[in-house]
Amino acid sequence: MATDTAEGKILRPYGDTTGDGMVQVSFTLPMPHSKVAEGAAAQLANKMGIDPALVVHAKAMGPDFTFFVVYGRVNHLVDTSQVTVVERDYPLLSPKEVNLAIRKGLRRRLVVVGGCIGTDAHTVGIDAILNIKGFAGEKGLEYYREVKVVNLGAQVSVPELVARARQEKADAVLVSQVVTQRDAHILNTKEMSAAFRESYPADRRPLLIVGGPRFDESAADDLGVDRVFSRGTTPADVASFLVHRLVHRTPTKAKAS
Amino acid sequence: MTTSGTARRRAGRGKLDLDPVVVRKARSLARQAGRPIVDLARKHTTVSVERATLRLAGLQGADADGIPWVNRLLDSVVADVGLAHGVAVPVWDALVRGEADDLATLAQKASAGSIRFRIPEGRELTRAEAAARKQVGAGIRQIDARARERQRLVKRYGDPDHKPWIYLIVATGDIYEDIPQAQAAAREGADIIAVIRSTGQSLLDYVPEGATREGFAGTYATQENFRLMRAALDETSKELGRYVRLTNYASGLCMPEIAALAGLERLDMMLNDSMYGILFRDINPVRTFVDQRFSRQVHARAGIIINTGEDNYLTTADAVEAAHTVTVSQLLNEYFAKEAGLEDWQLGLGHAFEINPDLPDSFRLELAHALLARELFPKAPLKWMPPTRHMSGDIFRGYLLDAFFNLVGTLTGQDILLVGMMTEAVVTPWLSDRDLALQNVRYVMNAAGNLGEDFRPAPDGFIAERARQVLAESIELLERILAHEGKQGLLEAIGDGTFGLMKRPADGGKGLVGVAKKAPGYFNPASEILEAK
Repeated sequence: MATDTAEGKILRPYGDTTGDGMVQVSFTLPMPHSKVAEGAAAQLANKMGIDPALVVHAKAMGPDFTFFVVYGRVNHLVDTSQVTVVERDYPLLSPKEVNLAIRKGLRRRLVVVGGCIGTDAHTVGIDAILNIKGFAGEKGLEYYREVKVVNLGAQVSVPELVARARQEKADAVLVSQVVTQRDAHILNTKEMSAAFRESYPADRRPLLIVGGPRFDESAADDLGVDRVFSRGTTPADVASFLVHRLVHRTPTKAKAS
Repeated sequence: MTTSGTARRRAGRGKLDLDPVVVRKARSLARQAGRPIVDLARKHTTVSVERATLRLAGLQGADADGIPWVNRLLDSVVADVGLAHGVAVPVWDALVRGEADDLATLAQKASAGSIRFRIPEGRELTRAEAAARKQVGAGIRQIDARARERQRLVKRYGDPDHKPWIYLIVATGDIYEDIPQAQAAAREGADIIAVIRSTGQSLLDYVPEGATREGFAGTYATQENFRLMRAALDETSKELGRYVRLTNYASGLCMPEIAALAGLERLDMMLNDSMYGILFRDINPVRTFVDQRFSRQVHARAGIIINTGEDNYLTTADAVEAAHTVTVSQLLNEYFAKEAGLEDWQLGLGHAFEINPDLPDSFRLELAHALLARELFPKAPLKWMPPTRHMSGDIFRGYLLDAFFNLVGTLTGQDILLVGMMTEAVVTPWLSDRDLALQNVRYVMNAAGNLGEDFRPAPDGFIAERARQVLAESIELLERILAHEGKQGLLEAIGDGTFGLMKRPADGGKGLVGVAKKAPGYFNPASEILEAK
């Protein structure tokens, strides 16, 4: 991989001339509009590395706040060889791409069974992922024409979940856990994954996915599930993962045939 | 004389010159689709309707686990005599028998298991009914008093001096944070404050109690939160010399109860859509329609303006292809609302600016759709909702889109304008986002002024044609709904996915267990009083 262009490139921001380093920022300071306030805005910009800083706009927002727009030359450099990014280990797909992949790859609808297990009545998470209403401006899995969603809601017992997954011939089981008192989320999840392992031959078991704000995303093996999703997960993350594992059959567990 | 007569007639037909015969046909189809649903709603009751009745009778508070006493009491009644007779007869029979001095004590005793409920007959029945009527009637009179109080305050402080009214959202999750934010928003120019509910409240089968300080992406709707916010905005109304309206959500599994609480605490607008819960929250259709009807009867009585949720159709489907589903939903919402006693001035029918901005003529299409709604419902306070689906992280482009959205709003005479934020889909609005958004609205409203007066789309031009096309497609969809074989075409249409992409069978969805067919002799004093109006 010994090359060239991208590696080790040193850059400055670009306004209208190479190397001019010009940037534009806007922010609010919690103080009334005055000369001092404008000076304070320039000072903040200087500390951000913008020098000279041009406070081009200052506007009072009520008696206690002022909004600023600042232009100026930033003295920082960026070195592209020093950039590190965390890559998702599967591609993020649009609903259209997910539907198409399922239609082509599975030639039937992908079946997802979901719910909150144990005494947890917080369906916020599972509903955000499954309900058509969705989350963060993204529609839930119900919106995907090629995904059949069976949302069992709150306080589903593990045997009930297993029975329904078998009945629906689920490709994937999604479980959401919000309540973490006395590690309930971890114990419930382990109980759930054990029950699925008991009730299915290893190569037929549905994909097990667990989600909730307090889960550690690297704990999948320990919990006996295929994937853990944490805070901020959107329906597209989950849908893309389902396609990645169920349609493209990217090898994962040693047992998967 | 003849020419001016013709001109007047044409003016009466509005800017789109919609054929009144076609408009009448659309309404009549909506009525045909809706009527069997109303019959169905009349024949059933739900746990939430019964709990709302207890709330109107003044039962408040919750047990040590936070379960409201209305839930505890109703559960005890249902365990003894079922839901089909309604809660009123067994409860007031027990009170008349002297099992407890008041509802709160009765609820406590009942949940301790020390009361057996029964359905009395003869004179005992008459006495129980009379007692229930008296106590629930007092609650409804309280709602009447709150409605009169609103009229008085509006008269004293005045309505906004402009249209559309400016609608802003606050939602921190903490009512004590919401209050200063709402007051600041009103000072910055908001005419209506909406407090968004915590995610997931719509699926709770009880209304949380008390002032709440933690919610997910919103604040719980509780009676105490309603009271606190209304009192704060009353203060601000006085300070600003204009009446600032307060909005919340009567949707989900508890909509009748939340409607009752809104009436008791003088909220001014409530989000209340006839099918939203079914389609977007997978709540059982029968449960929704029964709860809907009761909650709308309460809103009608309380002088509350409802806001319907047609924007949701456009965020889940293509806004051009699905334009007619908005119109159909508006027509159904109008039918159900009027049947429940709401008047034109209370129908905040919704629609939204959600057409892909990359589409050629997207602005003309938006104008056509907005004008169609305006002309179909000339007396309704239409609610115009901003772009969300095509808002990206590009705040500059978003700001421009919002300006065009504002222009459509002013130009087509919308009544309630939900202020769009350029940081939609990025962060919850910052102070500066809200300030910039309001500047955008003010600039457009001020610059465009009464541009609507000069704006007359060419009679056979793109806009008029498009509006007629959407209306025609709406009629087709209504006819398709009515073509279902059974007696309840709309219910079946919802079941087989005619509406949107979602199939919602009448025997599925959340909250079905809380529905019962009314027994002969079913009695509900609240319904009795509300229907008599």
